[in-house]
Amino acid sequence: MEIDREDGRTPNQLRPLACSRNILHRPHGSASWSQGDTKVLAAVYGPKAGTKKNENPEKACFELIWKPKSGQIGKAEKEYEMILKRTIQSICVLTVNPNTTTSVIIQVVHDDGSLLPCAINAACAALVDAGIPMKHLAVAICCCLADNGYVVLDPNKLEEKKMTAFAYLVFPNTTLSVLPEGSSEGEPVEHGLITSVTYGVMSVDDYFLCVENGRAATASLSAFIRKNFQQGQRDSSKSG
Amino acid sequence: MGLPDSSQDLSSEMEVDAFRKIFPLRFFERHLSESLRPDGRPLGKARDTIVNLGLVSSADGSALAKIGYTTMLAAIRMEVMTPSTDSPDEGCIAVEFHMPPICSPTVRPGRPADAAPVISKRLLDTISSCNMIDLKELCLVSGKAAWMGYLDIYCLDADGALFDAALLSAVAAFSNLQIPVVALNDNGRIVAITGEEKQDNASITEKEAVNKERRKLTLKNIPFSLTCILHKNYILADPTAEEESIMDTLVTVVLDSSDQIVSFNKSGGNALAHTSAIKSCVELAKKRGNELKQILGEMDVD
Repeated sequence: MEIDREDGRTPNQLRPLACSRNILHRPHGSASWSQGDTKVLAAVYGPKAGTKKNENPEKACFELIWKPKSGQIGKAEKEYEMILKRTIQSICVLTVNPNTTTSVIIQVVHDDGSLLPCAINAACAALVDAGIPMKHLAVAICCCLADNGYVVLDPNKLEEKKMTAFAYLVFPNTTLSVLPEGSSEGEPVEHGLITSVTYGVMSVDDYFLCVENGRAATASLSAFIRKNFQQGQRDSSKSG
Repeated sequence: MGLPDSSQDLSSEMEVDAFRKIFPLRFFERHLSESLRPDGRPLGKARDTIVNLGLVSSADGSALAKIGYTTMLAAIRMEVMTPSTDSPDEGCIAVEFHMPPICSPTVRPGRPADAAPVISKRLLDTISSCNMIDLKELCLVSGKAAWMGYLDIYCLDADGALFDAALLSAVAAFSNLQIPVVALNDNGRIVAITGEEKQDNASITEKEAVNKERRKLTLKNIPFSLTCILHKNYILADPTAEEESIMDTLVTVVLDSSDQIVSFNKSGGNALAHTSAIKSCVELAKKRGNELKQILGEMDVD
């Protein structure tokens, strides 16, 4: 039995992706990322000299500012800020620019579901645009669990409300370069979870189903990012 | 006794302290390779846990939870409010997590801690998504009046695993909660009935008692959580603040009474969570859930 989605997608089908980089003039790096109607702008300033209080000055430090579409930030946005900050810290090389702070500003343009994964993807693209040293990219996806046990990927706002549970999952993108030590044994690196945030009750098996489906989908997302970045590289070398 | 070689001089008291300060990660890894932690615990064991109920006499329900040195004081106050038009026969719960400067040297007075709003949000998400409390039970008069529960949790000592302790104290406070007696007066407003009025039977019959007896809430589904650190191939349950600051990959698993996942939370960190690590974390959380169930069960008997 197939599950019917309002917009006629199959359960594993993502909404159309779009990504453009270097769209803002002032920041050192910027990107816009959209999945269907959900659109997020990200800007990166830095690395700037000095770290904030309570941060380790021996490492590069990140500051995250989340700007909602309207109104002031609440607890939910604070949580997003913390999740994004930790995720970015885990994918960046922190020892290259010690005692610096890099600001990442996320501006929500439109929220139609899967907002946090969209913001993580946008932040990643902006960091690449700014040339911040990174270990690998992060690819984020939202998995929803329907009442009948089906997993639906990249839900829109309407679907998100109807679902019993959903999980935001972040995986490393598939690497083509030399792998770090200790990764040869066991599972490949891109199968490891960087970040997981779940809402709603689900069984352990359902969670693993989400992780599996999400992982499969990130392969295509990751391919999209690679193609997009290579495209951008070619364009900029032509014009430059 | 001759010159001590390099391995011996590390074992003297002073040198170990210095080693711990200068190479904290090396110090911990040396312990982990022996399947032991600096405080003497095996890797998968949580710290001693104590729960005390009913410590705040002015609140309708309260509890103090201690996991090792991490201390949380939770108190619930019930107030009557008008329910929203979307859900006229449901009450409401608000959660606030406070981190005063007394709890940790990293919290400065006048500047709220970054972690506090995040933990309050997660607590509310956890409590509401696992249906621990039937909000319909908090209804007094449909569409007119319902209970609003204000849950405040104060962190008195922050020594790691804050969410676990906060959730435990919240659950214990709800199990201790006694809903006060209220009555509907002639003007159709809800008034509280104090002890004196209760003896005077006439006043009760005059007013229509809406909530005749002090009653307890039925907790249908109780969530328990466990925070683990992932470091290389090691999994450390219930970390202290020192361990959290040195090894940065934290995983918080919340399971409900039927061992379903309420929340699986990991934000960033150097280590990646592979399937086997996720499975072991869930297993550890199951074991911890049973331990906590027992601790709370003993409380109810008293």
